[in-house]
Amino acid sequence: MSINVSGVTKRFGDFVALDDVSVDLPTGQLTALLGPSGGGKSTLLRIIAGLESADSGTVTIEGTEATHLPPQKRNVGFVFQHYAAFKHMSVAKNVAFGLEIRHRSKEEVKKRVGDLLDLVHLSQFADRLPSQLSGGQRQRMALARALAVEPSVLLLDEPFGALDAKVRKELRDWLRRLHDEVHVTSVFVTHDQEEALEVADEIVVINDGRIEQIGAPDDLYDSPASDFVMTFLGPTTRLGGVLVRPHDIDVLTHTVPGAVAGRIERQLRVGFEVRLTVATEDAQQVEVTVTRATQRQLDLHEGVEVWLTPTTGVPRAEIAAV
Amino acid sequence: MAVIASAASPAPPANPRGRRARGARSLGAGSTLSLGISVLWFSLLVLIPLVAVLVSAAGLGPAGFWKVLSSPQTAAAIRLTVEQSVLVTLLNVVMGTTLAWVLVRDRFFGKRALDVVIDVPFALPTIVAGLVLLSLYGPRSPLGINAVNTRYAVFLALAFVTLPFVVRTVQPVLETLERDVEEAAASLGAGRLTTFRRVILPSLVPAISAGAALSFARGISEYGSLVLLSGNLPGRTEVASVRVLTYIENGHKDQASAVAAVLLVVALLVIVVLDVVQRRLARRG
Repeated sequence: MSINVSGVTKRFGDFVALDDVSVDLPTGQLTALLGPSGGGKSTLLRIIAGLESADSGTVTIEGTEATHLPPQKRNVGFVFQHYAAFKHMSVAKNVAFGLEIRHRSKEEVKKRVGDLLDLVHLSQFADRLPSQLSGGQRQRMALARALAVEPSVLLLDEPFGALDAKVRKELRDWLRRLHDEVHVTSVFVTHDQEEALEVADEIVVINDGRIEQIGAPDDLYDSPASDFVMTFLGPTTRLGGVLVRPHDIDVLTHTVPGAVAGRIERQLRVGFEVRLTVATEDAQQVEVTVTRATQRQLDLHEGVEVWLTPTTGVPRAEIAAV
Repeated sequence: MAVIASAASPAPPANPRGRRARGARSLGAGSTLSLGISVLWFSLLVLIPLVAVLVSAAGLGPAGFWKVLSSPQTAAAIRLTVEQSVLVTLLNVVMGTTLAWVLVRDRFFGKRALDVVIDVPFALPTIVAGLVLLSLYGPRSPLGINAVNTRYAVFLALAFVTLPFVVRTVQPVLETLERDVEEAAASLGAGRLTTFRRVILPSLVPAISAGAALSFARGISEYGSLVLLSGNLPGRTEVASVRVLTYIENGHKDQASAVAAVLLVVALLVIVVLDVVQRRLARRG
């Protein structure tokens, strides 16, 4: 296990940021810490990096007990949401910083900086100042800077959080490819479930200072361990007494045992999918997503009477009657 | 602060903001008007009087000018003023930065109070400052330190009145520094000292330089706070501003102007040097 966190608790005044959290993050993987804002995921990352100290519990990095090591001694690369660029240094100098501190020879620094700038596609910007770069470029520079010292783990705190949607998507794909190339054990924090599902090998869902579930993206999506994970990892709707995903509901134009009857109230087409709002007999509003083909085939439109039933073998959660 | 400094320095202090504003080339009608007003105001208040001093000094002719400056008493006064101002400015660069650091980064009882009190030396009428210093470091000093009639008196008085400059220029910059930059340096392996020297200090250099310019300019122009304590002994503790006053009182306005012109040139020189140093340091990273 590359990173082992065991029984970590952290309080800020009365607020419990992490409550007895234990997790193992395996070597070479790209792990996402996913959860809502204020759930404790960033605090966990900062404790692993040594930027925050745990009230209790231990952190082990690559087999080394690191709980009381200062950040300088952990050999951890950290990438911040707002880049944390050294504004007065050129891009090349930013990347060289960690190497120069380690008193590496000039030739070695030059070569390594050149390699890294190639890796993050910033070679032609080596002599620019960070303020002359776009947000995405600055974050790539920060990544190169963190990788320069060959860290045993790379930690990224909401690395794409400050970027616009298009750049975020590009960088996300790029990070995935980079990780496949570099293979450094990486942990990134995000509140964006799509980002986590798309990029990570493994997802750790954190909420209210506790770990809700750990697993591969598909496992989490298909068999969520709790209502929270289910609602957080994708859209959900209530059908009768259960929580299901809108695309996991079968729409029928005839009744079958156990089906819930209703009438289509609204229909909204978004690209290849059609979103239906069905008002059921017990005055619930159920969101259903069907494909364009299904909609055509069954001739679904507003006012049509339908019967709804959860697709068999899909994740669902019983909801306690309110 | 800049208004006071400009009494001794014709150029506005090295201020990064001013430089940025110059980049705007497209002036509308409104900004042409405001530019005109600014130039007029600046000319009336600063440029024309300064030129008048220079013209008055030029009235002496080169030989007369040199005669004034080479008089041992005047030369000693100018040397003392510049020396002590440089020393005090160096002290302020270190202590002012430290004070600003403490005010921004540390938490302690009475921090708010200290933050307010920092400005007192600046806000006091200088003669009151002189009185304060006299009662503390005079013949009846409760501390047992008698600095009267010594060069230390000049240094003390200058240190007292110029204390806030570097603090007040560095403080806001330090407040806006992002903490994650220091955390990034730490996770890259930089110790606290290295982080300060290579990451924090370069961001502070422009502010420190601006504060140093203000501090020096105020130092060479100081009068009120040091006359009581220094004793104004000719050739020993007499500063340039006292020398100027003596010339005027004796009806030698031209000689007074000559000393003033020298102070003007020195102030200008120091401000230019500080600006060059600051740019050099800023670029080095």
